[in-house]
Amino acid sequence: MTTGGIDIGSRYIKYVILEDNKPLKFHKMKTGHDPLTSCNQLIGADKPDRLIATGYGRYLLEIHDNVKTITEIKAVARGAKDIFPTCRTIIDIGGQDTKVISLNQDGDVTSFEMNDRCAAGTGKFLEVMANALNYAIHEFGHQCHGKSDKIVINNMCTVFAESEVIGLITRGVKREEIAKALHVSIVNRVIGMLKRIDVTTDLVFTGGCAYNNCLKNMFKDRLQIEILVNENPDILAAYGAALLCSE
Amino acid sequence: MSKDYKEMWNNLGLNLKAHDGLLSVLTEAYKNIYLSQKNRPKGMGYFDFVVSEVHGLRIEELLEAKESGRKIIGTFCIFVPEELVLATDAVFIGLCSGADIGSDEAEKYIPKNTCALIKSFMGFKASGLCPYVESTDLIVGETTCDGKKKAFEIFNDITGKVYVIEVPNKQGETDINLWKAEIKKFAEKLENLTGKKITIEKLRAASKIVNNKRKALQRLSLLRANDPSPISGLDALLINQISFYDDPIRFTLKLNELCDELDDRVRVGIGATKKGAKRVLIGGSPMAIPNWKTHAIIEGSGAIVVGEEACVGERSYRTLVDLDNAEIEEAYDIITNRYISLDCACFTPNNDRMKNIKDMVRTLKADGFIHYALQFCTPYTMESYKAKNTIATISLPFLKIETDYSMEDMGQLKTRIEAFLEMIKESNSKNNSCCSCRRK
Repeated sequence: MTTGGIDIGSRYIKYVILEDNKPLKFHKMKTGHDPLTSCNQLIGADKPDRLIATGYGRYLLEIHDNVKTITEIKAVARGAKDIFPTCRTIIDIGGQDTKVISLNQDGDVTSFEMNDRCAAGTGKFLEVMANALNYAIHEFGHQCHGKSDKIVINNMCTVFAESEVIGLITRGVKREEIAKALHVSIVNRVIGMLKRIDVTTDLVFTGGCAYNNCLKNMFKDRLQIEILVNENPDILAAYGAALLCSE
Repeated sequence: MSKDYKEMWNNLGLNLKAHDGLLSVLTEAYKNIYLSQKNRPKGMGYFDFVVSEVHGLRIEELLEAKESGRKIIGTFCIFVPEELVLATDAVFIGLCSGADIGSDEAEKYIPKNTCALIKSFMGFKASGLCPYVESTDLIVGETTCDGKKKAFEIFNDITGKVYVIEVPNKQGETDINLWKAEIKKFAEKLENLTGKKITIEKLRAASKIVNNKRKALQRLSLLRANDPSPISGLDALLINQISFYDDPIRFTLKLNELCDELDDRVRVGIGATKKGAKRVLIGGSPMAIPNWKTHAIIEGSGAIVVGEEACVGERSYRTLVDLDNAEIEEAYDIITNRYISLDCACFTPNNDRMKNIKDMVRTLKADGFIHYALQFCTPYTMESYKAKNTIATISLPFLKIETDYSMEDMGQLKTRIEAFLEMIKESNSKNNSCCSCRRK
């Protein structure tokens, strides 16, 4: 039997197909302005026997194609637990949401925290800031070699933080220093969220922002624990949704 | 609405164009949220009608009451003793504060970071949209939070008819003395305004009317303990909201008729959802009409809200006022004690609330508890910490939300509530063998 999980995120759609719970195919495309068409393209090319949709845009498929939906919180928990069986805590930073999730030994979600409305400290925040500093997003996490602890970004709001960055640039601060400060500000925010749930090891870092090595290393230093990251950290919710099709 | 009320609204000084806009938004929201529900009890017809006439027939009734010499007393809080108001033959009305209306107008007077409820009543008035405020002879404020306390000063500047009663911060002996003095002062204020003396006979008769209303609401609450609940949380919330502004005798009659129908539904197993739907108890800040946002999300996700641990809910009708054998002085003591024993987050400490939350979980067989607080509502946002710990002692899934009346956080709220319901399902499937003991 083939099962599929489609995670319609704010920036990317991730689509995973399993055959008897073994990964068969994986697709990723930009969400763009017409996600339903993009989803239908992806699914149309490879229709599994069962499908579950998750992510911010999950209702689109529920409304139009009567596809079963689950939240990305449950989906990512299932995916992370499958790949890292010892996983008890998840940091998930996607395009517009940051979540921290606590699991029990069986992998059930026992509590979670999530940003309540704006994109502060999410992937979109990093994108805007990388752009302001003239970095490509995939190299941003390798550009945090700043040595100073004196440069601090105070604003978490994407709009205000961008003006703060521009202010620093015009004061002649090196962009590596600003890049580091931006990463620190995201890490501070996530650590604040982690304090509100029970952090138990092992901790898995997921979502598109988990490609960013600098964030990973900063979490490791601050929390003093190993941070587990899959080679494709952004597909774990889609993978989890596909696994849940047969449960 | 059954007829054209333009002239009446015009005479009340409403902003007709904006008011038309408000009514059309409300009608649309009501259609989408309420009338789209399947399998509603027939008795909801009366309440649908009352909502459809919220700014029409009910206002006409109030103006007729005024014409016949009765006074209209507007309130915002369940600390205002309804018995006293009715004992002077005045009409008791809860005022508009549940919609995201006129925030820009309100922000001329109050800070941006003010809770949605305060912003809403300022906004309703400042934009000329509340026929109730315009119909009142007296608006009773109270000191249950700093935001309201200060907003009422400004509200008085705008309306010129605000009277503030002081609710103490604690429930000790000195506080009870202060509260009794405040209640007596308020009684005097009412007597002077209406020209009618509050006698023990009148107080007893008034308390009977209010008690009967409370008993009918208690009956509705208990019916929701059934699985399936014979009525949706949305409908029950609406009835609670209407209890603040409808005629109390008619309301009680209609609610009891509805409860008779719900009894029948329980007997044959008809519910608002299928048996086994996940049962959510929600508690925290009040949900004034037309704030239906959170219930709509929860029930739209397939679960059912079985109770409101809130002022628009259990807190308003949990206890009665028995004046049958009391003389006038003792009657004031009974009223004083009844109201100061409310488990409002304005008190410190407020341990009774934690006990009441646990009792409600047990009685209503809730599978999970959502703590709902309006942003910037300090008493309830603070108390969510204690509520979380209380819920932890009975190992129930817990979710804390902080929101307002706007729709901008709908996406995130939906995800959080759905994830919470998924948590409940997982915890139920694991605890199947012992979920009955958790509820004992």
